[in-house]
Amino acid sequence: MAVDFGKEVDHVARLARLTLEPEEKERMTGQLSDILDTARRIQELDTGGVEPTSHVLDLPVVLREDETRPSLPLNRVLQNAPRRQKNFFRVPSIISNVQAEK
Amino acid sequence: MKYEVAIGLEIHLELQTKSKLFCGCSTTFGREPNVNCCPICLGLPGTLPVFNRRAIELAVTAAIALNSAVSDQSRFDRKNYHYPDLPKAYQISQYEQPLARGGFLEIESEQSFKKIKLERVHLEEEAGKLIHSGSSILGSEYSLVDYNRAGIPLLEIVTAPDIRSGREARLFLEDLRLLLLYTGASDCKMEEGSLRCDANISLRPSGLSSLGTKTEVKNMNSFRAVETALNFEAKRQEAILKAGGSIAQETCHWDEAKKETIPLRGKEGSSDYRYFPEPDLLPLTLDRALIQNISEQLPELPLQRRTRLKQQYGLEAGEAGLFTENRALGDFFESAAEEYSNYRSLAKWVRGDLLYQIRESGKPVEEIQPKQLIELLTLLDQETINRPVAKELLSEMVKSGKGPKELVKEQGLERVSGREKLMPLVERVVAENPAVVEKYLQGKDKAISFLVGRVMALTGGRADPGEINKLLKEKISQ
Repeated sequence: MAVDFGKEVDHVARLARLTLEPEEKERMTGQLSDILDTARRIQELDTGGVEPTSHVLDLPVVLREDETRPSLPLNRVLQNAPRRQKNFFRVPSIISNVQAEK
Repeated sequence: MKYEVAIGLEIHLELQTKSKLFCGCSTTFGREPNVNCCPICLGLPGTLPVFNRRAIELAVTAAIALNSAVSDQSRFDRKNYHYPDLPKAYQISQYEQPLARGGFLEIESEQSFKKIKLERVHLEEEAGKLIHSGSSILGSEYSLVDYNRAGIPLLEIVTAPDIRSGREARLFLEDLRLLLLYTGASDCKMEEGSLRCDANISLRPSGLSSLGTKTEVKNMNSFRAVETALNFEAKRQEAILKAGGSIAQETCHWDEAKKETIPLRGKEGSSDYRYFPEPDLLPLTLDRALIQNISEQLPELPLQRRTRLKQQYGLEAGEAGLFTENRALGDFFESAAEEYSNYRSLAKWVRGDLLYQIRESGKPVEEIQPKQLIELLTLLDQETINRPVAKELLSEMVKSGKGPKELVKEQGLERVSGREKLMPLVERVVAENPAVVEKYLQGKDKAISFLVGRVMALTGGRADPGEINKLLKEKISQ
């Protein structure tokens, strides 16, 4: 079954809010195809009877007590913000963007 | 064609912890924006999340109270989506192996009990808060982000599509809120956003078991809004179906001012979230003993309490309901009932005059001593004071905190009774009102109530009208 990788790349790019140039899209379409080929080869392995593995570490999870610790000073919190307004991060409009991209 | 409404709710609750789910930042509400933030909850590279033990215990407590089966092994996943309230562009949530599956909540709807089944209960991290430049997200030029909320432990409860009306959805939420308040898992303040609710709603021809195409309704900010919005959306869908149209699967935004649902955008399928196991957190293994322990320490829950109050004290359904919803008032009643066995009279006073005085004075019921109410009722039972005086005293008691006996002495409020005390007053009134006495003697029975009133006034309202009446008739007939 032939997959339209071009469409797939468009879809993933949209989810990641990325704008790709035509040559970038072409390059990534090839890369995505290679990655999926590799995955397909791995899928050929017979894994019947093997529990799905999400982690390879066989360790108990670590819990911490419910105690507060000092937070970052405000100027440090906002230091990487592209735009700020008073003590807030300021971001462009949300809904109209999403709809415009469709 | 008749349609049946199928509603499933998705409820989010902030758990009542001091610190966030994965870091030590405070969860205090109402602070200056972005002061409860650290590299972990801001999603800065190189940080690692560490579970808050209390959050897990509270989540398990809530799940058990909801009759949901807690898994001894659950897993956390990344739910990927780009939205400015999510600093990492993914939310740590649970997908394939939630904390607990199944369960139900029994609600009382139209005098009968109904079990609303649950699909799952899981733990995740809260997102930040957005403030839009316009009046709503629609058409806002920009938005401001506050990450104080980001990373607070959040419990998600998903119901089966068992709910049949907006009203039933509201009843479910009211009962759920009460239950979770009892367990102490959340403060459930919808006005502070610590309890939020979205809904999936669809219509199907009555009698059909498969579900129709659903819409998701968001932005309902009160229980009342949930009821109104879902009733509106059900009608909107019905009109489309009756006109031969079909429902588009989309998200709708409830507009509280216009009282209507506005479709937002085509809903992204769940695969678009590209869930995958969270590599930074090991699977959560819960000790059976811990689950057992939490289950044994569960406090009495609202439904149990309501039933017990009816049985133990012979309370009416309304009273048992009130003493369950208003837990402090119920505790007051129970504490007084330990030493005062006329439960009927006690319940009437607590739900009536006491509750009224508490609301009037704004004093919390915790500050009122059950002993003082017992003292008051005992004075009334012994006929030392009459009913109007008792009501007056209760008001004074709540305001001043002084005991009824003390107040009675202070104000000379003992009941005036007995021939010795009352007869001289009766004689005086009869002497002062010959015309009225004459009318009574001519057969105008009503004239006597005027005389009773005069005597009552002389006692400062502290006598029994029946007794005065008797003495007056005796005096006049002499």
